[in-house]
Amino acid sequence: MTDGNEGLVGRGIRDGSRLFRDWYEQLTAASEQGKGAAYVFVMGSMAEILRVFDLETVFPEINALQTAVRRVAHEYLNQAEEYGYSPDVCGYVKADVGIQLRGGEHPMGRIPRPTLAVLTNACNTYIKWGEIWERLYGTPVFTLDVPSSRSGRHLMVPGTAAFEDDRRYVEQQIRELIALCERVTGRKFDVDRCREVLRLTNEMSRSWKRVLELNRAVPAPFDALSDGTVYLGVLNALRGTPEGSRYFHDLVEEMEYKVANRIGTLHEETYRLVFLGVPCYPIFRRFQELFAEWGGVFVASAYLGFAGGGLHLGFQYDLDRPIESLAEGVLRSVGGVMDGVLFQDRMLVEMLDEYRADGMVYHPIKSCRTVSTGLADSRRWLAQQRDVLSLFIESDMMDKRVVSEAQLKNRIDAFFEGLATKRLRAAAGEAITT
Amino acid sequence: MSYAVGVDVGSTQTKAIVIDEEGRIAGRSLIDTGANVMAAAENAFVAAIRGGGIAEEDVAFVIGTGYGRYKVTFGDAQVTEISCHARGAVHMFPATRTVLDMGGQDTKAIRVHSNGEVADFCMNDKCAAGTGRFLQAAAFALEIPLDELGATAMRSDRPVPITTTCTVFAESEVLSWLARGKKIADILRGVHHSIGTRSMGLLRRVGLDPEVTFTGGVSRNSCMVEVLNEMIGAPLNVSEESHFMGALGAALIALDHARSRQSPPRRSRGEAAAAREAGR
Repeated sequence: MTDGNEGLVGRGIRDGSRLFRDWYEQLTAASEQGKGAAYVFVMGSMAEILRVFDLETVFPEINALQTAVRRVAHEYLNQAEEYGYSPDVCGYVKADVGIQLRGGEHPMGRIPRPTLAVLTNACNTYIKWGEIWERLYGTPVFTLDVPSSRSGRHLMVPGTAAFEDDRRYVEQQIRELIALCERVTGRKFDVDRCREVLRLTNEMSRSWKRVLELNRAVPAPFDALSDGTVYLGVLNALRGTPEGSRYFHDLVEEMEYKVANRIGTLHEETYRLVFLGVPCYPIFRRFQELFAEWGGVFVASAYLGFAGGGLHLGFQYDLDRPIESLAEGVLRSVGGVMDGVLFQDRMLVEMLDEYRADGMVYHPIKSCRTVSTGLADSRRWLAQQRDVLSLFIESDMMDKRVVSEAQLKNRIDAFFEGLATKRLRAAAGEAITT
Repeated sequence: MSYAVGVDVGSTQTKAIVIDEEGRIAGRSLIDTGANVMAAAENAFVAAIRGGGIAEEDVAFVIGTGYGRYKVTFGDAQVTEISCHARGAVHMFPATRTVLDMGGQDTKAIRVHSNGEVADFCMNDKCAAGTGRFLQAAAFALEIPLDELGATAMRSDRPVPITTTCTVFAESEVLSWLARGKKIADILRGVHHSIGTRSMGLLRRVGLDPEVTFTGGVSRNSCMVEVLNEMIGAPLNVSEESHFMGALGAALIALDHARSRQSPPRRSRGEAAAAREAGR
């Protein structure tokens, strides 16, 4: 018997991959027509402003990781290192330098040059990265300075004096960004168009939050690492667009169907895991398989929050006061991400509990100290709070030279042996002496 | 009488241990791994059972461990050396709460529960500094046989500091100290200190709870034991079997499986090879 909905399963991956390819074709067409683009980052892309001016958005981080997924990252990294960049510099930056040195040549198409770059202070590398384009092309670089909460304890409370001061500070900067966009494009800012983009982002954010919540189901309908990264691509590339809104509306439908019919992402879900860090893109599929072979599913990942521009929060812009509300959204998402790096405690425990996870996987990477620093401390803290097994494995998101599959496998196998023993012991009702 | 066997295929040596139904060691072997890992596993297995005068059909369960565990193709299951060293160490020294396993290319710090279950572990990453390979490089540079390293280093009275963290560059540093007239014993003691310092980092990361049991091939090095004793401030558990600990742990886990086995008896090596040939 069929219910006519079988086509729903896997639709998000199929459509997401197609939309992603279409986006790169669009960028390629823009490049071939000699058009420029706005270079932005996943944390604080400001797409809601840039779309009003019909500026194509280019995500150098996504371009970079795509070279790794398509197994050509080493060519770009080597080129940047031959040009003079140290092996210790962020792999994303070096891949982008390689792309620029090749005139935009990329495995997914051709990347247009930057006519404008918009950064935030969410990552300290962004600032120096922007300077590269500034020096190469004279690109105007706009840096949005987003304060994180002074207390650092998740106190983003609208209405408080500190929050309102920060909001006004960000709002003023957004108005400066609008003025810069007007100068660069020669067009006037259309506030009604902005409202429409914000409305579409609201829809995406609502849907994305719902998709993430649906993964609390057992079995989990999607893998936060492999499937989740496809969704992230659409989330960033099509933020504030009708196509993006429709995609996530459909994704909710697919996930609800899978949950209702107990269709998991794996044939047999044995262990539910939370992922912390950045994926290992040089062996992206294999990395996930090393866990899936043991029946391990990533049910949640902090990456789906910070690399998704904060849309996981489900924050809804107030269309009656678009710029003020946009400032609030930036403050909550980008500022929240910066707080989250330093204060992960509550988030980790919530993820473990809400997603009924059996274990936590920490994946610090050589390329990025910003997201990797403190993970060992976080792990130690977690061990004191919860009787949960965790795995600490190190590799990179770009550089295959520091990814050793054999070493990863050994550690991953030992982790699952621990999970299996723990489960057997629990089933037998045995206690242990530590 | 039936037996359980653990075969630990390490990067340098392959060890096999046979235990009887009571968990007593009935046979053992130690051979160089060499280039043919599958042959090393099989040879170690055969040598261990023959050494114990045991017929192959009396072997109820075999577990492969170590980096070459998937090459123990005649085995019934594979378990990581992390779980095996933990199990072996707690069996040999029941009060063990921390295990330091120093092998040819890996050094592991493992925190264990009283039942031998792994609570946490930490290993050196992508670099052989702080492993047996580091000692091998120094031995090669100083033209000292590997099994004389410990005794030679024990004669040191003023160890030199070896600061490099790279196994390859350590060789140059050793030679530079030699050129400056330092005694071989002092240089070697410095190499042991360097490895000890890195091991302490791993131990602190998992939590250094007493008692600490030292396993792996390097545990046979008397100077390494002395240096670690000094750094930890308490004597390590070391036994004649320490470098067999992975194989012993594997044999003990194999015995658990044999006791609970519901399936038909294991295939012989010949049957396993025939099945491989037939693609089964």
